[in-house]
Amino acid sequence: MMKLTKLTGLAAAMLAAAPAFAQDAEPVMDKGDVAWMLVSTVLVLFMIVPGLALFYGGLVRAKNMLSVLMQCTMIAAMVMVIWVVYGYSMAFGGGTGAYWGGLGKLFLAGVGPDSMSATFTDGVVIPEYVFIAFQMTFAAITPALIVGAFAERIKFSAVMLFSALWVTFVYFPVAHMVWDGAGLIFNMGALDFAGGTVVHINAGIAALVGAIFVGPRIGLGKDMMAPHSMTLTLVGAGILWVGWFGFNAGSNLEANGGAALAMMNTFTATAGAILAWALLEAVLRGKASMLGAASGMIAGLVAVTPAAGSVGPVGAIVLGALASSVCYFFVAVVKNKFGYDDSLDVFGIHGVGGIIGAIGTGIFTAPGLGGTGGEDYSIAGQTWIQIEAVAITVIWCAVVSAVLYFIVSKTVGLRVVADDERRGLDLTAHGESAYHS
Amino acid sequence: MKLIIAAIKPYKLEEVREALTAVGVRGMMVSEIKGFGSQSGHTEIYRGAEYAVNFVPKMKLEIAVADAIADEVVETIAKTARTDKIGDGKIFVLDLQAVQRVRTGESGEDAL
Repeated sequence: MMKLTKLTGLAAAMLAAAPAFAQDAEPVMDKGDVAWMLVSTVLVLFMIVPGLALFYGGLVRAKNMLSVLMQCTMIAAMVMVIWVVYGYSMAFGGGTGAYWGGLGKLFLAGVGPDSMSATFTDGVVIPEYVFIAFQMTFAAITPALIVGAFAERIKFSAVMLFSALWVTFVYFPVAHMVWDGAGLIFNMGALDFAGGTVVHINAGIAALVGAIFVGPRIGLGKDMMAPHSMTLTLVGAGILWVGWFGFNAGSNLEANGGAALAMMNTFTATAGAILAWALLEAVLRGKASMLGAASGMIAGLVAVTPAAGSVGPVGAIVLGALASSVCYFFVAVVKNKFGYDDSLDVFGIHGVGGIIGAIGTGIFTAPGLGGTGGEDYSIAGQTWIQIEAVAITVIWCAVVSAVLYFIVSKTVGLRVVADDERRGLDLTAHGESAYHS
Repeated sequence: MKLIIAAIKPYKLEEVREALTAVGVRGMMVSEIKGFGSQSGHTEIYRGAEYAVNFVPKMKLEIAVADAIADEVVETIAKTARTDKIGDGKIFVLDLQAVQRVRTGESGEDAL
């Protein structure tokens, strides 16, 4: 997904192996690449509906099941429309600004089946429509991740308004900054292969701010708020894992060794993270839980997202296990201490896991640790760049998200009335029930 | 006639049914219930959140029987459902005023 200026060792090796591309040669489109990117794109869609929707849906109480499914579905649909109207242009419109891509591609102006986008390999291109569609699914899933923070009490209109504003003022600018050749963070040389900052830190920080703005659910700490279907949560988590191969290996933009590396890492980091969470639970509280394993799975996937293209498969295991352990600490200890109700742990897993992943990418890309960094790779140098990229994303996202929550709270309002919250959002917001006995 | 209401451990249901059939019980109503008695509940932990589950699942049996076998039925339930551990359940016996079989209109002990 990044158009790397500082070539990784792998990319450099690939270039060296392909001297046939002269400077003035016609760009080549490979049908294998195109097929892989088409598949990757729908894999990411599959992450949203039904993957994320079911993962979150299983975690809420039965009376709010449909509201969560509905929010994920509607956000995805709305962002797809926004994306072709102005989102793609704001992120990748071809403008040379450091913060946004301009308005040059409003309504996808000038794009046709013959338009091409660059890949990591000089002279190799993919159709721009594939790039637009692939990126669209990323824009669609990110605001859907946030709903876990204020699930079970948020107004449906507030979700929709906030998501529209948030992709406009947070997601598109950050995507441009990190992934576009003209972007601020891109030009700092930060590594974010598949969206650790853009997707996960962004969503996690917006989630934390949202949980604070919206306030805790009625009865938090007193009422039983256990997940209503751990079965569906695991089904959703499993679909997310499968879809994540499109997310990570697809971010390579070509079907080659780089995509295979990203796929390997998406296996091993996740496996390490699941084992770490289960082990921690077994040691600290005597029982390893299914929800813990599912949580570890997501934590590992989040952590490996920025790292997938540049770390090695063994480094990825360590990175996944590390991120999973820190996420466990945030979810089980820190959240309870501070008392914010990030209901489905979007910050605890996506925010924290994303930050560990982004910084860990700086460490595990080192060739000595199995990564693909070149001979002159500096762990300290790269890690510092990673930290700067994280800091910019956190600050931008936190400040702008807070303003947007404030605007929404003063216009349509954030929370449903207490009585509706007690009866559940399925009936009161959507007029239907998930289950009938 | 007596109406016997018993709350027992769920996994004892089949054993109790067999034993009651053997002493002449020809029907019963069964429902899954929750309740509490001397047996305390348990805690469940979801990520960091801990919940006390105070109500324990039980099976409720409702059995209408002729006076003649009421004592034997109670004794059979008690004997079969007993594990000697807290939470084995309770048995209540009530006088039953009337019974009617819906299909035939028979009433009294004939309808049992």
